[in-house]
Amino acid sequence: MDKAHIKYTLSWATLALMIVILIVVMTMFDIIGPYGLTTIVLIGINLIAAIGLNLIIGMSGQFSLGHAGFMAIGAYATALIVTAVPTIFGFIMSLFVGAMLSGIVALIVGIPTLRLRGDYLAIATLGVSEIIRILIMNFKFTHGPAGIFAIPSFVNWPLVFGMAVLTIIVVVNLVRSPTGRAIIAVRDNEIAAESLGINTTKYKVIAFVLGAVLAALAGGLRASFIQSVSPQDFTFMQSITILIIVVLGGIGSISGTVVTAIALGILDVILQNFGSLRMVIYAVVLIVVMLFRPQGLFGRSEFSLKKMLFDSGGNHDKDHSKGA
Amino acid sequence: MTKTILKAHELRVEFGGVTAVDKVTIEAHENELIGLIGPNGAGKTTLFNLLTGVYKPTSGDVFIDNHDQLSPINQLSPYKRAQLGIARTFQNIRLFKSRTVIENVLIAMTAANKSYPIQAILRTPKFYQNEAQNRQKAMSLLEIFGMTQVADELANTLPYGQQRRLEIVRALATTPKILFLDEPAAGMNPQETAELTDLIKQIQVQFKMTIVLIEHDMKLVMAVSERLYVLEYGKVLATGTPKDIQNNPAVIKAYLGEEG
Amino acid sequence: MIIQQLINGMILGSVYALLALGYTMVYGIIKLINFAHGDIYMLGAYFGYFFLRVLHLNFFIALILSMAICAVLGMLIEFIAYRPLRHSPRIAVLISALGVSFFLENGMSYLFGSDKRSFPQAIETTQYHFGSLQISNIQIIIITTAIVLMILLNIIVKKTKMGRAMRAVSADEEAAILMGINVNRTISFTFAIGSALAAAGGMLIGLYYNNIDPLMGMTPGIKAFVAAVLGGIGIIPGAALGGWLIGILETMTQAVGLSNYKDAIVYAILIVILLLKPTGILGKNKREKV
Repeated sequence: MDKAHIKYTLSWATLALMIVILIVVMTMFDIIGPYGLTTIVLIGINLIAAIGLNLIIGMSGQFSLGHAGFMAIGAYATALIVTAVPTIFGFIMSLFVGAMLSGIVALIVGIPTLRLRGDYLAIATLGVSEIIRILIMNFKFTHGPAGIFAIPSFVNWPLVFGMAVLTIIVVVNLVRSPTGRAIIAVRDNEIAAESLGINTTKYKVIAFVLGAVLAALAGGLRASFIQSVSPQDFTFMQSITILIIVVLGGIGSISGTVVTAIALGILDVILQNFGSLRMVIYAVVLIVVMLFRPQGLFGRSEFSLKKMLFDSGGNHDKDHSKGA
Repeated sequence: MTKTILKAHELRVEFGGVTAVDKVTIEAHENELIGLIGPNGAGKTTLFNLLTGVYKPTSGDVFIDNHDQLSPINQLSPYKRAQLGIARTFQNIRLFKSRTVIENVLIAMTAANKSYPIQAILRTPKFYQNEAQNRQKAMSLLEIFGMTQVADELANTLPYGQQRRLEIVRALATTPKILFLDEPAAGMNPQETAELTDLIKQIQVQFKMTIVLIEHDMKLVMAVSERLYVLEYGKVLATGTPKDIQNNPAVIKAYLGEEG
Repeated sequence: MIIQQLINGMILGSVYALLALGYTMVYGIIKLINFAHGDIYMLGAYFGYFFLRVLHLNFFIALILSMAICAVLGMLIEFIAYRPLRHSPRIAVLISALGVSFFLENGMSYLFGSDKRSFPQAIETTQYHFGSLQISNIQIIIITTAIVLMILLNIIVKKTKMGRAMRAVSADEEAAILMGINVNRTISFTFAIGSALAAAGGMLIGLYYNNIDPLMGMTPGIKAFVAAVLGGIGIIPGAALGGWLIGILETMTQAVGLSNYKDAIVYAILIVILLLKPTGILGKNKREKV
C-alpha cells in the first residue's frame, strides 16, 4: 500500500468513527432515544440487504425480484439456531449457517436461471422467493404461518453498524478488482465480455450468490433484533422495499444505496405522524422522486472522499457527468 | 510449410430453413493476413460468428491449433474459444461503455490472469502488486497504439475511429493466436482508414499473429491481405492472392462487377 | 371429477386471462411491468360496487360503466406517472408503477377502509346440473363475458386502425413514428383497453367471490403477470393461454389436496417452462444481432 492509499483509507475510517461518536453523543444528550436507535438498526439491516441487491441488479445487471426469499433463509436460520442455542456463539453460528445456506440455494437456483434475460429472470427469481416462503409456511419445523416468537436478541446498533461498514468494504473492494470489473463487463456488454474469454455465467453467479449471502445476513440480524419471524415478513413486498432503496439511490451506486437507506429510514419516522395517510404519502414521494430523478439520486456515480479532500480541483469530474 | 492455426471443414448453418453458410472450408496459417470479402448478405459475419462460437453450426467442424495440434472446438462456448486464442472485434462496436479505456483493456486480461476475490476483499499487498502489474501491461499496450493520453477517458466519449482502435487493442489484450476483424473500417473517413491500414500491418508484424479481416473497403483489403476468400450466397466462390482474385472472372462477374 | 375441476379452473383462469391481457399489451408496447394493473382490477370492482349498491344499476350496465371509467383512469395514470419517464431507464418506470400501486391501494384503504365489503348479489345464483357436473349461471356469465371481451379485443387489434397502430408501435416504435403513427395516442389507447379488461375482471371476481377489499388486486396481479410471462409476454393469445393454464393448475393442485402448495407449484412449473423455453410458451426466440 502506498501513502495515498493509506491517507485515503484513513479518511474513510475517520468518517465512520465520526458517525459512531455522533450517535453516541446524541444518545447521551437524549436526542436519539430508544426509538431512534431502533430506527438506526433497521436502517443498517435494510442497508446490508440493499447493498446485496445492488450488487446483483446494479453491478451484474441481473434483475432479481427474489431478495425476500434469501432474507427469509437467513432469518429462519437465526431464529431456529438461536432459540436452540441462546448464546452469542449460537448467534454468530446462526448468521454463518444462514449465509451459507442462502448462498447454496442461490448457487443452485442461479446456475440455470441466470441464463434468462431481464424480466424473465425477474419473474423466475420472484417465483423462487415465493416457493421458499410457501415451503417455510408449510414446514413443521419452521412453525408454519404463525412463525417463531421470543427469539433471543443479540443485536444492538454498534453490531449492525459494524456489519454494515464491513459489508460496504467487502462489496466496494470486490467491485474494484478484476472480479468486479468482469462482473460489470458482463453487465455492459455480455457478448463482448464472452468474446474476451470471460465466463459470463460464472460472474453472474458470483454476484448473485454474494447478494444472497448479504440478504441472509440482513435477515438473520433482523430476526434476532425484532425477536420474531413469520412467513408474512418475507413476501414480494419485502423484495420491493429493498428494490426501492436500490433504484432510488441509483442502480450501481453504493453511495446512493447508503444515502437512500438512511433517507427512507428517516422518512419512515416522519411519516409515523401521519397515521393511515403514511403509505399514501410514501407512494407520492416515490412517484415524484422517479419523475424528477429517473436515474436515482446518484445515478451510477459514487461519493468520493478522494475527490473532496485530495484533488486540487483542476481534474474534471468524469464520474459525475451523468448522475449527481 | 507454415503451421495451420485455424481450420473450418464444410461448415454449414441454417436459420429457419435458410442456409446462411453452406459447406465452407477455410484455413488460416500462422502469421497470415486473410481477407474475407463478398457482397452484403454473403454470410461473412455469420461465418465469423460460427468460428468464434456465437452460433453453433448445423454441420461441419472448426479446429484450432492447441499446442501444435489441431483440436476440434465445435462444442465450445465463445469464452472457451477465446481462452484458446480466438479474439475478435464487432461490426457494431461493443465496448464497455461505462468503463474507462484502460479498464476496457484490463477486463480483456481477466481470463489470462488468475485473481483471487479474497485478496481483493482484504486488499493484500499481493493484490496491489497484481493490479499494478496489470495496469502496467495495459498501459504498455495502449502506448503501442498511441492511446495512453486517453487511458482514463470513458470509452464512449472517444471519437469513432478511436473506439474502433480500442476494440482492437482490447482484443489483443487477450493475447490471441488469431484475430478476427469485422469491418474495422466501417464508418471511417479516408484519413482514419489509412491509419487503420497501417495499424493492421503493424499488428501482424509486431504481434506475429494471424488476422482474418472482413472489409468492404477494397483498397484496404487489397493493400493488407496476403490471401483472400470470396464468399457468395454462403459459399466460397474463390480463393487466392489479391492479384488472382482481381483477375478471376467469376469474382469480377459476381462481385466487382457490381461496382464497375 | 377432473372435468368439473377443469371447468372451475377455466373460470378462475378467465379472470386471470383478462388481467394478463392488460399486462401483456402494456408490456408489448412500452416494455413495462405495470404493477398498478392489479389495482385497476380492484378499482373496477369498487366502481361496480358503487353502481350496483348505490345506483342499483343492471349488472351489465354497471360493468360497461366501470370499464369505461377505468379506461380513463388507466390513460390518466399513464399520462401522469409513466409518460414523462418514457425515455428513462425501464426500472424507473417500474418503480413509478409500484408507487401508483401503493397509492391506489392505500388511498382506497384511507377513503373506504381496509375491511372487506360484500359485493352486491346483482344476479341471483342458480346451479345447473349436467350429470355429475355442476355449473352456476354466475360461472357461465364469467366465462362468456371473458370470451366475448377477448373476441372484441381480437377484432380491435386485428381489424381497426388503432389496433394496427398498436401492433406497429409494439413491433418498432421508431418505424411507427416515421409512418406517421401517433405513438402517444396509441399508448394511451393500449392503457385504456387493458384497464377496461382489468375492471371487467375485478367486477366478475366480485360477483363470484362476493367480497372485495383494497388489496384484492395484489395476488391476482402477480399471478396474471406470471400468466402473461408463461404464455410469452407481449403476445396477446399467450396471455389468454397463460391465464387459463394458471387457473386450471391452481384448481387441479387444490383438487389433489395440495392447496397449501398451489402457488409454489404454479411458480415451479413457470420456472421449468422458462428454463425450457426462455420466452414463454408462444414466445419467439429473438437472436441478438452480432
